[in-house]
Amino acid sequence: MTVLSQEMAPIYEALKRYRSARIVPFDVPGHKQGKGNPELVEFLGKQCLSVDVNSMKPLDNLCHPVSVIKEAEELAAEAFGAEHVFFMVNGTTSAVQAMILSVCKAGDKIIMPRNVHRSAINSLILCGAVPVYVNPDVEKKLGIPLGMRVSDVEKAILENPDAKAVFVNNPTYYGICSDLRSIVKLAHEHGMLVLVDEAHGTHFYFGENLPVSAMAAGADMAAVSMHKTGGSLTQSSFVLLGKGISEGHVRSVINLTQTTSGSYLLLSSLDISRRNLALRGKEIFKRVVELAEYARSEISSIGGYYAFSKELINGDSIFDFDITKLSIFTRDIGLAGIEVYDILRDNYDIQIEFGDIGNILAIISVGDNEMAMERLVASLFEIKRLYSKDKSGMFDHEYINPVVKISPQKAFYAKKKTLDITKSSGYISGEFVMCYPPGIPIVAPGELITDEILDYIAYSKDRGCFMTGTEDMKIEKINVVVGEEE
Amino acid sequence: MELWFTENHTPNVRFSIKVDKQLCTKTSRFQRIDVFESPEFGRFLTLDGIMMLTEKDEFIYHEMIVHVAMATNPDIENVLVIGAGDGGTVRELSRYDSIKNIDMVEIDEEVVQICKQYLPQTACRLDDPRVNILYLDGLKYVRTKTNEYDLIIVDSTDPFGPGEGLFTKEFYGNCFNALKHDGILVNQHESPYYEQDRISMMRAHKRIREFFSVCKVYQVHIPTYPSGHWLFGFASKKYNPLEFDPSRWEALGIKTKYYNTDLHKGCFAIPTYVKEMLENADAV
Repeated sequence: MTVLSQEMAPIYEALKRYRSARIVPFDVPGHKQGKGNPELVEFLGKQCLSVDVNSMKPLDNLCHPVSVIKEAEELAAEAFGAEHVFFMVNGTTSAVQAMILSVCKAGDKIIMPRNVHRSAINSLILCGAVPVYVNPDVEKKLGIPLGMRVSDVEKAILENPDAKAVFVNNPTYYGICSDLRSIVKLAHEHGMLVLVDEAHGTHFYFGENLPVSAMAAGADMAAVSMHKTGGSLTQSSFVLLGKGISEGHVRSVINLTQTTSGSYLLLSSLDISRRNLALRGKEIFKRVVELAEYARSEISSIGGYYAFSKELINGDSIFDFDITKLSIFTRDIGLAGIEVYDILRDNYDIQIEFGDIGNILAIISVGDNEMAMERLVASLFEIKRLYSKDKSGMFDHEYINPVVKISPQKAFYAKKKTLDITKSSGYISGEFVMCYPPGIPIVAPGELITDEILDYIAYSKDRGCFMTGTEDMKIEKINVVVGEEE
Repeated sequence: MELWFTENHTPNVRFSIKVDKQLCTKTSRFQRIDVFESPEFGRFLTLDGIMMLTEKDEFIYHEMIVHVAMATNPDIENVLVIGAGDGGTVRELSRYDSIKNIDMVEIDEEVVQICKQYLPQTACRLDDPRVNILYLDGLKYVRTKTNEYDLIIVDSTDPFGPGEGLFTKEFYGNCFNALKHDGILVNQHESPYYEQDRISMMRAHKRIREFFSVCKVYQVHIPTYPSGHWLFGFASKKYNPLEFDPSRWEALGIKTKYYNTDLHKGCFAIPTYVKEMLENADAV
């Protein structure tokens, strides 16, 4: 039995052994280490194609890990302080679904904030669980949803003692953290599990003086997007398990929908990134924090922009703030966040993560340096100088509390009809409408469509947000539930 | 034994200089810095393996990046130089008694220290009392200035690595803002010849002309740069470099090896294919 240590990367090492063994492949994939697809080799490189291989005995099997993948999972569990870790190759979407599907079945209640990613509500459509929404607190000036107040979670728990779990979004896209420890304590006292969508919180496990991670707070499961701030390839992710959660049950649930041809490019990127963070994460995130803090102070000194941070902390719905996130309120220069986002890309060759009605978000990570920060700061300076407008008439409302009429699953499978979206007020939506990113639904299946929601959608479209969710690609029509109109 | 320095001018073209010895090699926070001694070009400086200057041909670059603007407006007093760690640009500027202040903003202090030690031919005037050297990113420095300079010279490396920020729209916009109402911007403008340099050249031109009412390009011949055909940009809020008073500059009695007032006019005459590229710069 090998003694494992964080210097090791078992999947990566097995792939290197595979490559040097010069195996003649009579298995899939058919590109045969790239030889059958020279154009792809020219584009992606021979090194890359030579390890795009299928499961085999020396490389283990993602659906049923017994050797190198198992070892890599054990190392990841140690690095994250989890009881067990699953390597996920279908994105954090599948990680979130694995959590919810593992603890809820049809009709079960799950307590969650409404400002979750679409993947969480999609899980409810898949399993038929019923959401008990806790409306997140809202920062009025910034127009962003915050964390859940502990008292609101408590109220939901007391009113729904039969709920199976509390789902927490921590940190939010904007870097807002809830009081995770108190929520865990409260939920556990009432026999409920705590599931954490920690897509944006990989660094909490490695950096110093950052908000508490889900595992450290005692949560039962967490979904971690290693690819977002941890350096692995897009679509690779982890599910972390806390104490007392059945590894075998969760694996069965994951195997319901996860591919049986797990990509070794993704798996090795998780393995190598875990090793990097375990060995060097502390210094990496120290540097990320320094870059973000530097950018915040420079951007705030331009005037007109507000790069918000820990000063927002209120002890409850903003229990902590993730200072690696560079979230900037832009409305005071008369531009919507989405407009600044577009100007940065179209005129300054700078791609940031997203812009909403009032804010932009730049992701700062292991891959950034001072010179890149200077470009962002200098561009924001120029955008203010050249593009700023009178801010009157700007839409100042971001988050709309939903009116839930029926469960997402019921609405999704109900008989529906298609209406012009402008004429849909008063109907129950049969589908999602959202800006992507961030992918937080403005309206979700089963919710009442209101004039306020329609105004918000029209404004978002007008400002250039990338809208998605409806069957109609132009978001001009919407499917509404028949027989349930108000 | 034969020792050769080789630079890939493109993936398919190489340029080599026979080397006597390597005088210095150092990796700073930003780049690798080397100085070599060669029989043909004397000492030469490379950054990340890219030729910056040789003792034999640096006069062409440094005279032309300075004197065209100074002859166009001999009343220039306050100058900002960005990059230029080798000191050659400052050396040429220091020949004008009328200049009162030269701020030089170089990101990499190690380059300056090494040039002072190994390349006194260019670094000789960095101690001039009018020169203030600041070691920071030029992009950061320039956004803190408004309506301050008569002339900004961007003596940068190629737009890959530390010099990247100095070829951006935000940088040129910030320069516009830092210049006075009659300010001039001169920049190292890459080459029209090979594809990669050409794209950089066109992008720079596209971005500069968004801000400046006068936006021209002039050419020089630098034997050790890719293709030997190199460009500088001349942009101004007011001055047309072709409408200048040659006698005023000649009266200064500055002795040059490359620049003269005839060449001043001639260097703005550029080949047809380069003209077309500049006209179509928006396409990149």
